Amino acid sequence: MKFLSKSAVSAIAFSMALTAGAHFADAKDKVKVAFIGPLTGGVSAVGVGGRNSAELAVQLRNADPNAKYEYELVAMDSECKPNVGVQVATKIAADRSIIGLVGHYCSAVAMGAVDIYHKFNLPMSVWGAVLPDVTYGNDYKEIHRVNGTMINQNDVAAKFMTEQGYKTWVIIHDTTDYGKGHDKYFSEYLTQNGGEILADFGVPADQQDFTAELTKAKQLNPDVIYFGGLTPLGVRIRAQMEKLGITAQFQGVSGIKSDSFIDGVGADLSEGVVSFLEGAPVDKLPGGQYFTEKYKAAGFAESEEAYGPFAFAAMNLILDGIEEVGPNRKKLTKYLGDIHGYESIVGEISFDDHGQNTVAAITKYVVQDGKWVVWEDSEYATGKRKLAGK
Amino acid sequence: MDVGLLGQFVVNGMMLGMMYALVAVGFTLFFGVLDVIKFSHGDVLMVGTFAGFSTYLGMTAIGIDNAFIQLVGVLVIAVGSMAILGAIIARYLVLPLKSAPPLNTLLVTLMLGTVLREAIRLFYPDGSNPKHFPSLLPTESWSLGSFTLRADSVILLIGGLLVIIGVNVLINRTRLGLAIRAVAQDEETAKCMGINFKMIVLLTFALGSGVAAFAGVMNGLYYNEINFGMGLLLGVIGFSAAIVGGLGNIYGAILGGFLFAGLQTLGAVALPFASAYKDVFAFAVVIAIIAWRPTGLIAEKTSERV
Repeated sequence: MKFLSKSAVSAIAFSMALTAGAHFADAKDKVKVAFIGPLTGGVSAVGVGGRNSAELAVQLRNADPNAKYEYELVAMDSECKPNVGVQVATKIAADRSIIGLVGHYCSAVAMGAVDIYHKFNLPMSVWGAVLPDVTYGNDYKEIHRVNGTMINQNDVAAKFMTEQGYKTWVIIHDTTDYGKGHDKYFSEYLTQNGGEILADFGVPADQQDFTAELTKAKQLNPDVIYFGGLTPLGVRIRAQMEKLGITAQFQGVSGIKSDSFIDGVGADLSEGVVSFLEGAPVDKLPGGQYFTEKYKAAGFAESEEAYGPFAFAAMNLILDGIEEVGPNRKKLTKYLGDIHGYESIVGEISFDDHGQNTVAAITKYVVQDGKWVVWEDSEYATGKRKLAGK
Repeated sequence: MDVGLLGQFVVNGMMLGMMYALVAVGFTLFFGVLDVIKFSHGDVLMVGTFAGFSTYLGMTAIGIDNAFIQLVGVLVIAVGSMAILGAIIARYLVLPLKSAPPLNTLLVTLMLGTVLREAIRLFYPDGSNPKHFPSLLPTESWSLGSFTLRADSVILLIGGLLVIIGVNVLINRTRLGLAIRAVAQDEETAKCMGINFKMIVLLTFALGSGVAAFAGVMNGLYYNEINFGMGLLLGVIGFSAAIVGGLGNIYGAILGGFLFAGLQTLGAVALPFASAYKDVFAFAVVIAIIAWRPTGLIAEKTSERV
């Protein structure tokens, strides 16, 4: 205050009060909602797509004259790192003016953050993280998830791949909760379906060189190399398979189903890579066309990526809840707990005891000519093109 | 284990070792002339790779699609621009801190590394995503049982070897090398003999950074993928390799680089538990070696604690 005289301070305060007063006169009450996702770092493309989609839900609501409140989105960056994620989660949970949260693409971050939301009674819905334990590992009433889990995903993946006639697998997974979860459930379902796992490698999530693991894999000569992890590692493994002359089919998980995977590997090497994702592609979703149109109209610079529609649906659900029960964390938690048969752009949402959406479809994807194509629509399904080794 | 597979592991390990050695040579050069640790070295490598990648994009955009010309362009721009960047870092960050405690230089360059890394992530178009680095070398491959040898790997290995030999000849056989060695041995006496101390320091930093950029492009050509974080681990490993080989000694750096790559490969191949621990294994062995020979495997005649 050394630089300002007393009168200057009071003048500023007065003018601020004036503007605030003028503002309140004709505006609705302001309610804050929050978004957390990886906005920087290796998986930031997906995070930014999710943020834009959540932002879109808020924008559309604010443009709706029937809305009771004016919403403000607080978006924070978890960097996909648990230590950073826990900090921003605490910051948001401790801010009592924030009523609801749409958060987490990275399972490892979500796992660290759910305890905080419970402690601060902050109702939230996960928009991308697929580790089952995020909802099933606790009894917190605040935690919900609109997308499916890796349990459903790997069930479908194992069935599908064995149906294609593949018999032997080498698994590479990163050693985060996300990668380990995929490893666990895929191994489980694969063995049930009669597939054989020749080797299973856990690798650090920042590893650059995979030639040692892949050389070992090459010796075992599997039909399929399964990778449980996110895009950056997926890109490296696919590229290095080529260097070692490994011709096995490459099978990924939801974590690599992004356009940046294809950009990173190049169209040639990504051809025929398969991946599985909860939900359905945006144009196959009940509200997909509506979402795509609005997203385009909003003029975001980045693509919505794979999980954008989920972030949009989760944010819409929370906004609907606030409209219904008012800006109160406990009431919103109760509202979310009772959600059954809620119509959203990603299909019907029904939460079970753990807040997990039970109606979660899984879609199979294959890369064809540098694009992720739904399996059923691809030339691979019609037999015109063939997966590796078939 | 059959011979082909063993050969494959050896080639993989040599590729890795060559890259580590090239990075370690930079650390050792900088320590030699100024007794400083420049921790931004790995990130300079990364910036060099992105400079090379941008050159490639630029050349493609203006219609030059001959792979050989592109490769030469990429190398010249990457190595040249990083040599300049290295000299600038030496001139404006390292030399002014010459009489300050070495810890300050270490911290300043550590922070500079973060600045470079974040700058690429934030300001390079779509910089947070991995980029597809083009294959500019012939991709023919020869298979012999389980052994696959690719032409580009062989060319990269030979290229790396030539650079190391070149640096070695430069240090030991030329007047510039003589001056560098003189400065490394005794700064005051070297100045008395009429050696332009500042110029030699700048040239040494340019040389080390240029070599790092070469290693970066090599990394990109080998893995066909680059990202803003690629320099971080390479920097740490290069530094460890330089230390374990004997900081200040070029042969030590090369030895350290190959040793580290060998340990990593061994860790992934021979250990019964999964390869998740190969870095743990490699670094643990390096710690043990440093404890056993604190001045490195090939020690400088005089050494000091860092």
